Parts: sequence; C-alpha cells; structure tokens
Amino acid sequence: MTLDEILASLFPDGHPIDIGPAILTGVAPLEQFGPVHVLGIHGRNFLGIDDACALARQAVDILASGDRQPILLLVDSASQRMTRRDELLGLNEYLAHLAKTLILAGIRGHRVVALLYGGSAAGAFIATALAADTLAALPGAHPEVMDLPSMARVTKLPIAVLEEKAKATPIFAPGLDNLARTGAVLETWSPDIPLDAQLREVLTRPAAAGNRDALGAQRQGRPKAAAIAARIVELARRGA
Amino acid sequence: MTSWYEASARQRIDALADPDSFEEFIGPEEREISPHLALFDLPEQFDDGIVVGRARLSGKPILVAAQEGRFMGGAFGEVHGAKLTGLLRAARQLRCPVAILFDTGGVRLQEANAGEMAIAEIMREIVLARAEDIPVIGLIGGRAGCFGGGGLIAGCCSTLVISEHGRLSVTGPEVIETNRGADEFDSKDRALVWRVTGGKHRYLIGGADLFVEDDGAAFRQAAIEALSRRAALDILVLADEQKRLERRLSRFGAMSEARDIWAALGVSRPEAVPGLATEAFLAEGRHKRENAHDAR
Repeated sequence: MTLDEILASLFPDGHPIDIGPAILTGVAPLEQFGPVHVLGIHGRNFLGIDDACALARQAVDILASGDRQPILLLVDSASQRMTRRDELLGLNEYLAHLAKTLILAGIRGHRVVALLYGGSAAGAFIATALAADTLAALPGAHPEVMDLPSMARVTKLPIAVLEEKAKATPIFAPGLDNLARTGAVLETWSPDIPLDAQLREVLTRPAAAGNRDALGAQRQGRPKAAAIAARIVELARRGA
Repeated sequence: MTSWYEASARQRIDALADPDSFEEFIGPEEREISPHLALFDLPEQFDDGIVVGRARLSGKPILVAAQEGRFMGGAFGEVHGAKLTGLLRAARQLRCPVAILFDTGGVRLQEANAGEMAIAEIMREIVLARAEDIPVIGLIGGRAGCFGGGGLIAGCCSTLVISEHGRLSVTGPEVIETNRGADEFDSKDRALVWRVTGGKHRYLIGGADLFVEDDGAAFRQAAIEALSRRAALDILVLADEQKRLERRLSRFGAMSEARDIWAALGVSRPEAVPGLATEAFLAEGRHKRENAHDAR
C-alpha cells in the first residue's frame, strides 16, 4: 500500500496530515478514540539529526500537551543517515532522544502504535518503530538490521552462504517474518480490511512492548533472551 | 594508575567497585553461551562478552554491567543483551542504581535481529528505571568504543563519563567510508576519527558530562559523582533536551569540522585541543563547552 492509500484507509473522513520531504506530522480523527497524533518517516529516507530532531519536537509537544491521545507512527525509512556531519553533531543523542520521548509517552498514558509499511533499518528502526509500545506491519514491509551484502562484507562470508544459513534460523537475516519471530513485530495487518478498524482493535488491547522477549521465545525466534533476563532478576533479588 | 582502555571487563569492575564487593550473576562457570555462533563456526565465550552483577561503590549497593570489547568487539548478541536487560529490570525492583561500562561496536551481526531487539529492550528498561528516578550511568573509555546501538543506549543514560580514548557514535567511520566513500569519512585518518567521535569532542558539545583521565581510579571517582546527579527522566527533562539539541543544530549545524565547533565555543587554539593533557583540557574547556546540565 502507498502512504496515500494507508492514510485514506486509516482516516476515511479525510485528514490534514502534513507530508514533508521525509517526515509527516499531524492530527487526524479516529472513530471511538478521538484525535490521533500522527508522526512518521516516509519514502525510505535515511533518519539523520535534522529529521530526528523535528520528529522529537512533535513528540515532546504531544507529551507536554498532556492529552493522552494515541500516537500513530508510520514508518518507511532506510537506516540512520551515515555521514560525518551526523556523527560530528551527535546522532546518537538525537536518535536516543526521539526514542526516549516515544517510550516515555507510552509510560505516561499515550498509546504509541507503529505501523511499518515499508523499510526500516538499524538505528532508524530502533529510534522509531521499536520505541512504540506496539509494532504492527503491513505485508511487504522490510525491516532489517543490516542488508545481506553489507553483512557478507563484514562477516567475510559469501551471500549465498548467508542465504543458506538464514533458512535455518530467523536470528540474523532481514525480513518481516524473521523480525516477527524474534518478537519485534506483534502482528501483520491485512491490506484488505480497513486499517482504521485494525488500529481500533489494537488500541482496545493493552500495550505489549515489555513482553517482546517472551513473544520471541514463544515464536521460537529468540530461544534464550527471556529466560536469561528472568534469571538475572531472580539472582539479583535473592541476595538483596 | 591502571589504564581503563587496556583493562578487561573484569579488571574495570575491580577498579570501579569497592574491594571484593563484586558478585557476578550467571558467571562463566555456568557456560551460558550464545546459541547462534556455532552456525557460523565461531568460538563462544562462557560469559558471552558481558559481566553483570552487584557490587558496592563507596559502600552503597550498585548493579554493574561491563562489556568485553575483546570478544567479538563487545557486540550485543541474544545472551549478552538479555543479561543487561535483566539487570535493568532488577534495578527497578530493587530501586538500585546501575553502571554500564560500555565497550562495544554495536549489534553482533551473526545474531543481528536478537541484538537489535536487545538494544531496544535495554533502552526501554533504562527509560522505565529513570522514570522512577533510578540512576543509570554510562562509562565510556574502552577499546571498542561505544558504537551502533551502544551509542543509542548511552544516549539514554542519566549521566555519561568519558575519557579521551572513549569514542561515542552511531555509525562507525569504517562503515561510513564503505557506504559513502573516503571523501565522506577517511577511517584511516585517526586524528579525524578522534575529532569526530572522541571523548574531548563529545564533552565539548555536551554529548558527555564528565571527562576523565584514562585511569581506573578516575573512572571510579567520576562514577561516584555521576550517581549523585539528577537521574529522573520526565517531560521537563525531555523538553530541555529538545531545546539543547535544537540549539546545537542552530549553533553548529552548518559546520563539518570539529575544530570549527571548538572555535565557535570560544576555545582558544582549537588545533591544540587533541594534544592537551586532561587537566589543561578541562581548564580550557570546562566553562566554554555546551554543558548538558543533566538535560539528557
């Protein structure tokens, strides 16, 4: 689905979302839930310091407004922008600040739902989609940590070998199914059902971001994470 | 004097904590290794490159996590990341502060999806802890630096301590060069790498709070100070951080060379900054830098 189709399906009565060159912002009405804050990055753009700062400005203002209305994050990005200028000016702080604001919004009573409808990778994925309390995807979405050619370069293994290994495990290769199995993506929405109904349905359920490692264990994508974390908690509590 | 840069993860914990106070959780004797490295015929390490546990610092309880940069570049894999996630969850339950001793290149590519998820989970747990006023401090001065998702985690900490050797960034210089060419970033130009990612620059632009000598005792003293600073993360802190980051963009956004930024800060002889010893650097930079004032 294109961004226009997605917005039309989410907000059938129309919407005043401002679609900029890389990011989108606005408020639109959702039946039963009232106004929804919409933020996003589109067009497979890289997320650098300027756009991360602009998105965070919106998120901080939403948080400061105290309205507790849902936030919908639409994501179709590349990775973080890889330039010397971005690093010189502290990209790590800009991405972390955006993530912190979205996570705190979730803690302070906003629902923060991300819909991944295109790509997203590495630091951009962490600072947007993974900072939401719920991550849904549309078929064809393509999340990745690093693309296979780059991974082949770093691991010094041929792409064919990596592709072969990827059949045995969801643990390293890109793709929606693999990320769903590790617990990152909660569910995939159907493009054949109005998206506003699917969004409303998610909003009636509690947030689930705190349970992603348990979900990863249940889906057999991350065999150890949830159990290791639980044992550390138990050991720390025992001697305290 | 013991070099933090040269030390192992366990030596750093010994330098940080009160003598004989450290107790490890899931130590190497439990052989809780990565279940994924065998697929790549890579050797495992019994602690998966991170040491976590409880200790005392100046007599007070603290939870500590130290990454081992000499094992797979300190990268986040499934077990490695889950140990830190668990430690942060314990911190909330026990209302105990946490120190993270970073030494990492970011996500471990052989288990990239689990590593990416671990980083997101760790960031969430830090925000949850800080929202309840529990300090989570970061110490950066290891061999592997603090890159990739490690840089994002560091950006969530309440206070950051860094040495000149500490490097803090997202995309590493080699990766930028591979993707964008040596004209964008010549990763073999060590002086340039240090000017862009190094501890002095991060301290001067407000990306880190305390600048220390490459020494275990100095990191320990700074950690004690860091734990006494404001840790709570709330809407006001985020609004202040927003202003701080917008100000940085408007002051320095048009600059592409660290020395220009240092000159704009009013540092005299910016070209001499990389050569300054700690004391002289702090005397010059302490009052001229962009101080984050705990807006992070």
